[in-house]
Amino acid sequence: MNILEVERLSLSFGGIRALDDVSLVAPQGAITAVIGPNGAGKTSLFNAISGFYRPERGAIRFEGRDIGRVPASRRAGLGLARTFQNVSLFRGMTVLDNIKLGGHSGLRAGALSAMWYLGRAREEEMRLRAEIEREVIDFLEIDHIRGLSIGALAYGLQKRVELARALAMRPKVLLLDEPVAGMNREETEDMARFILDIQEERGITVMLVEHDMGLVMDISNHVVVLNFGRVIASGTPAEVRASPQVIEAYLGAKAARKARHEA
Amino acid sequence: MDFLTFLEFSVVGLAGGGLLALIALGFVLIYKGTRVVNFAMGEFMMMGAYLFYTTHVAWKLHWAPALALTLAGIAALGALVERTILRPLSGQPVISIVMATIGLGTILHGAADAIWGGDNLALPELLPRKPVFVGEILIPGQVLWSFAAACALIGAFLAYFRFSRTGVAMRAAASDPVTAYAMGIDVRRTSRLTWIFAGLTGAVAGIIVASMTSLSPALGNVALGVLAVIILGGLDSVLGAIVAGLAIGWLEAVTVGFIGGKARDLVPYVVVLVILMVRPYGLFGTREIERL
Amino acid sequence: MRTGDYRASYAQDEALFVTPVQRAWLLALIVGLAAFPWAAGSYLTYIAVLLGIHVISATGLNIMTGYTGLISLGHAAFMGVGCYAVAYAANAGVPFWIALPLGGLASAAIGLVVGIPSLRIKGLYFAIATLAAQFVLGFVFREWEPVTGGVRGVNLPAPSLFGLAIEGDRAVYYIVVPAAVAMLVAARNLFRTRVGRAFIAIRDRDISAEVLGISLLRYKLTAFAIGSFYAGVAGGLWGYFFRAATPEAFSLGLSVFYLAAIIVGGLGSILGGILGAAFMTMVPEALRAIVAWIAPWYPPATVLLSPMREIVFGALIVGFLVFEPHGLAEMWRRVRRFFHLWPFKT
Repeated sequence: MNILEVERLSLSFGGIRALDDVSLVAPQGAITAVIGPNGAGKTSLFNAISGFYRPERGAIRFEGRDIGRVPASRRAGLGLARTFQNVSLFRGMTVLDNIKLGGHSGLRAGALSAMWYLGRAREEEMRLRAEIEREVIDFLEIDHIRGLSIGALAYGLQKRVELARALAMRPKVLLLDEPVAGMNREETEDMARFILDIQEERGITVMLVEHDMGLVMDISNHVVVLNFGRVIASGTPAEVRASPQVIEAYLGAKAARKARHEA
Repeated sequence: MDFLTFLEFSVVGLAGGGLLALIALGFVLIYKGTRVVNFAMGEFMMMGAYLFYTTHVAWKLHWAPALALTLAGIAALGALVERTILRPLSGQPVISIVMATIGLGTILHGAADAIWGGDNLALPELLPRKPVFVGEILIPGQVLWSFAAACALIGAFLAYFRFSRTGVAMRAAASDPVTAYAMGIDVRRTSRLTWIFAGLTGAVAGIIVASMTSLSPALGNVALGVLAVIILGGLDSVLGAIVAGLAIGWLEAVTVGFIGGKARDLVPYVVVLVILMVRPYGLFGTREIERL
Repeated sequence: MRTGDYRASYAQDEALFVTPVQRAWLLALIVGLAAFPWAAGSYLTYIAVLLGIHVISATGLNIMTGYTGLISLGHAAFMGVGCYAVAYAANAGVPFWIALPLGGLASAAIGLVVGIPSLRIKGLYFAIATLAAQFVLGFVFREWEPVTGGVRGVNLPAPSLFGLAIEGDRAVYYIVVPAAVAMLVAARNLFRTRVGRAFIAIRDRDISAEVLGISLLRYKLTAFAIGSFYAGVAGGLWGYFFRAATPEAFSLGLSVFYLAAIIVGGLGSILGGILGAAFMTMVPEALRAIVAWIAPWYPPATVLLSPMREIVFGALIVGFLVFEPHGLAEMWRRVRRFFHLWPFKT
């Protein structure tokens, strides 16, 4: 079953087609990678799925239901979490508070109860804290930094905290926008391990945008290739790697001919 | 109210709007140049008027050298403010910058009070009082001449920005400081010039206003009403400042005619609220696009 | 030197006051506050009441502006709404402990209306909208005579409890200070929960806040309503303290005063609101004391008092912004860190 389906999505900004009739699916429990050259529309696709952009045409179905008209802030509650290409953490807060924000949709306390902080609000917060410690902080091995402020962290750790925040949302589908961009080899390997664990142990469906082809080919079950806002290929990593259109998009027409020759 | 009276109020209002447009231009210059709304604009006006009072009335200089000294003083003040307050704060959140200019305004207000006292002073009437008749409509002389002065100044500034090398550099620095810097434009210098020019427009507007009414530390309050003009016209639009200045001047005059003097003070603020609800970036302002 | 405190449960880690030393200080503070009007003279009691009112109002503004990032130049007007509402209710015979929250609610209702555009307009534009609200409300205070008494304002009866009139600064102190303490604790609690975190998230990055499931409209309006509720209660207390509601009390100058207080104290810090309000209340008083001391030798000093006040006030705003943007709260943290580690160097 496909938990997330994008069907014939089109989106443009002042005459420029960012997405042109894009259809793709994320099968339940799998890792789907979206790749493509810069400006191919990968992040626009994520932004449309998160609800920042209103596509002109097409549908986005989550668990079979069209969520095209659901406001961005309500999609979190449905089970859709994401990270950003440029880390988007809240610098005015500690690591722990940033992660707690992921639990926002799961809590119910209103302002009055919060100000009173005796009944429900306190109970909820305690439960959230215990859950985050158990499920997220230990899992991602960030217990040593929970009290630090974001600005004090190295870039690789910031990315990990952002993943932690997304996990605290208890998502069904996790959208990762360039999870290893700017990381060194060791950090990249850690991140790959976390992503695989998230998929295998928790059964969370992952969709990621990434330029690191090594990572994409290693961990994903499906790969979708975008170029100039169109899907030009999709399939298993091996199929995509062999596709002439993909080689052409990345390396140009000449290289594609050469590759065909050699094959 | 008959049509002729309406016409008369309209003409007077439009003429008064010229002055509003001049003050608004001071705001827009600074906003375009440095992304700051200068809440101390009114105090720049007030300082200009006081300096002119000192040089022209107290020192009894002829009005031309007095004006030159005043403008030099205000230019120095503008440069000083840019260097000591705004430059250290560049890149800070909006609230810091808003509050810094409010704080600056308070300092200038207090300084004027300390130096010149809180009482009303009188500047000599610089503009001829003799009313002018256009057909059957009477226009008070001061209003007409202040309009003419405002138009001349606005025209001069616009020409300077369009044609001079510095003007072009300032526009470039305003639209994209990083690229401008890379192209060899001294962004700090343009930012300083921006504040100097804004100070100059403010000073001239202040002298005109003070010569038509009276001079006290409260003179600067006029500028708060001009915020309505720049919201209506769009914070970064020179054309908007001019059109909106005339429009608000007209609206104020007609409100006085139809409803009464009390409601006049309310006009700019009601306009602000309505515009922000309906068209948040004003008539000619650039809509800011947010990048994710 | 303290070696550290050790916490055995998450509940303990989330508590506000953990160590015995902290608890002892807290107790001392409560006792001190309760005994203050008896130990201090009438002048200091007067200042303390005024300070309590300023602290409540500044904390409200800090919730809106410091924590949520919605700049308000109309805070004094919201206070005015509370003050007039309380005056109206009190003159209709409503007891003070009902009138006061009513004043807060009236102010929160107006705050909601003013806050609605915050979804579409941001930063400077919103600041100018609140400035417009300040002037429009000021106009209403002056002109809606049947309710507000016009430029002369309206008087308030003394509040009474169980038939006993609460008169004099000392009696009012025992209303204002408990109210201030309760509202400060409530504000502090708010930022231990999802609601407070949502506010900060909106201030720092509203777009990523939305992805986390935070509805911008809902939380911006909540912040505005809470902030104006605080202003309204502070305004009501102001009314009971001065026994009058007048339009010039709630002018733009007072709005700027509160903004200055939270900047000097520290934006987005409850402690900052307290320190800033205290500092900005004390400085003019200190200036007055200095002038009174100098005046016999240099008589013109009295004339210069009012302009000097303005210059010092403005210089404090600018000075803190340029040199210590995180305000007194940050200075306080540095001092504390120093003593924690003392005698070792940091």
